[in-house]
Amino acid sequence: MKVNVPSPWLHRFSVLTAFCTLFLICVGGIVTSKGVGMAVPDWPNTYGYNMFLFPFSKWVGGIFYEHTHRLVASGVGLMTTVLAAWIWLSEKRRWLRVLGIVAFFAVILQGVLGGLRVVLIKDELGIFHGTLAHLFFCLLVLISLFTSRWWTSGKVFGSLETLLNLRRRIVIALCLIFGQLVLGATMRHQHAGLAIADFPLAYGQWYPGTAAEDVARYNNSRLESVALNPITAFQIHLQMAHRFGAVLTAVAVVLCWRMARSNLSEVIIIQRFAIILVGLVLAQFCLGALTVWSGKSADVATAHVAVGATTLAVGSLFLGVVSRLCWARVHETESLPEPKTASLLACSA
Amino acid sequence: MKMNGNWAAMAAVIGIIPAASAAEITGKVTLKGTPPPETPITFDASCGKLNSAPVTTRRYQVGEGAGLANVFVYVKTGLEGKKFEAKGEAPLLDQVNCVYEPYVMGVMTNQVFNVRNSDPVMHNVHATPKPSTGNKESNLGQPTKGQVNPRSFPFPEVMVRFKCDVHPWMFAYVGVVEHPYFAVTDKNGNFKLPADLPAGTYTIEAFHLRGGAVTQQVTVGATDKKSLSFTVEAK
Repeated sequence: MKVNVPSPWLHRFSVLTAFCTLFLICVGGIVTSKGVGMAVPDWPNTYGYNMFLFPFSKWVGGIFYEHTHRLVASGVGLMTTVLAAWIWLSEKRRWLRVLGIVAFFAVILQGVLGGLRVVLIKDELGIFHGTLAHLFFCLLVLISLFTSRWWTSGKVFGSLETLLNLRRRIVIALCLIFGQLVLGATMRHQHAGLAIADFPLAYGQWYPGTAAEDVARYNNSRLESVALNPITAFQIHLQMAHRFGAVLTAVAVVLCWRMARSNLSEVIIIQRFAIILVGLVLAQFCLGALTVWSGKSADVATAHVAVGATTLAVGSLFLGVVSRLCWARVHETESLPEPKTASLLACSA
Repeated sequence: MKMNGNWAAMAAVIGIIPAASAAEITGKVTLKGTPPPETPITFDASCGKLNSAPVTTRRYQVGEGAGLANVFVYVKTGLEGKKFEAKGEAPLLDQVNCVYEPYVMGVMTNQVFNVRNSDPVMHNVHATPKPSTGNKESNLGQPTKGQVNPRSFPFPEVMVRFKCDVHPWMFAYVGVVEHPYFAVTDKNGNFKLPADLPAGTYTIEAFHLRGGAVTQQVTVGATDKKSLSFTVEAK
């Protein structure tokens, strides 16, 4: 079988684009953490200027963060366009070419969502914008995997049954991680600051009261100097769901790691992914606690967003690798031939 | 003998009493309890240059005799069905030294008021009314010193928050009601509603952003002068 060997430069460029996207997510996280997403009221212009000609002397206060976010986003948009074109022109794998096009349209959609969130003044669009950012990052990370040498020439290890079991666990962990990111984006884009100001307890209880008088008391106890929206009972439930979700996610990831360690100890790549994923979830747990203890300090909250995005991306890579090995086992090969379609996730015993 | 509003209006028409009512409600709002300390505002470099003295939040501004400033006092009920026109100059919500001035003000529904940038730095003016009221959120840039933009709200709402996202510590509140009978307490907690309040029975509300709302019922004749005292508890 003829194996498609992608250009190492294409792989490197896709990795670079993925890293730039992570940086973009960090800048976007700072914008939301500092509550300055509306500091530039117009789009695609900036205070009437062409975005790329906005004088540096006017990059003050919240404008600095929001305008930087727009410029970095433009750069990532350009890089994604180049990546999609490169894949389209150089790749034989049709499904990968389609993925490149999907990435191209995703980055356009993401830019338009960000712009409409500003122009239409809709927090709901901000939630979609924040969520799509994570999915787009995952897509670029997976494209980096698909264009790597390992994808086409790595060795196959592990029994099919074990790999399929592990894959099931990874899918569950990934769903939980993604759910956590959606909850996080929803909380952040309500611009109400911390709905619960203490941890591990919540207003001194394991589950705080959410009656109207309780919520009024919580709001009155806040002493921030910035304009935050009042806390609502819904936001309190949301943060509690995020806390319970964190525990479930940690359990799911540890279960993945245990299976990888006991049943696939000879597969170094799987061991590494499992350990990195556990480490990331642990770090994310600590950052979540620090976010509360620091009163939602912008840098800590942004680190929480960045590590969340990285966790989802590493989980997606993990799933991609295990799915690839599953696919090879189903087709009873000892090396990694090129799958004709992207139906890796559909393989079964 | 008490005369209700309809009788008073009829009497005015036939010339028994002067047509212009001169009922007047004044009063004072005091704070009970100890408020939490104010938080110092940390300005960025450009706004820091405009403020040599420290500036703090304005949650509870207390003056002489525990008088509480920035309380929005207005006729909550008793004027339903009556039509009023806004008179005088358009009110001004100013941005001075990277702080909104005043912190609390009032306007009538559909009354045009101006928002000005008096600073040599860029601001944005982001009005965030509650969606349930029908008023629409808006956001506009004020990049140049002296720029003035008119604003108005079609529906009553106590209070509409304005904020600047360039400088997140900048925010102010505008009370929007359907009539001109409102006031904001001064630094010593004193207020005075416009003097031409029609005779009638009213619910007067004193609304403080942190302390909440306190109401009183009052009946005024055409020429009555009444003084009210409100007490807001520190929370």
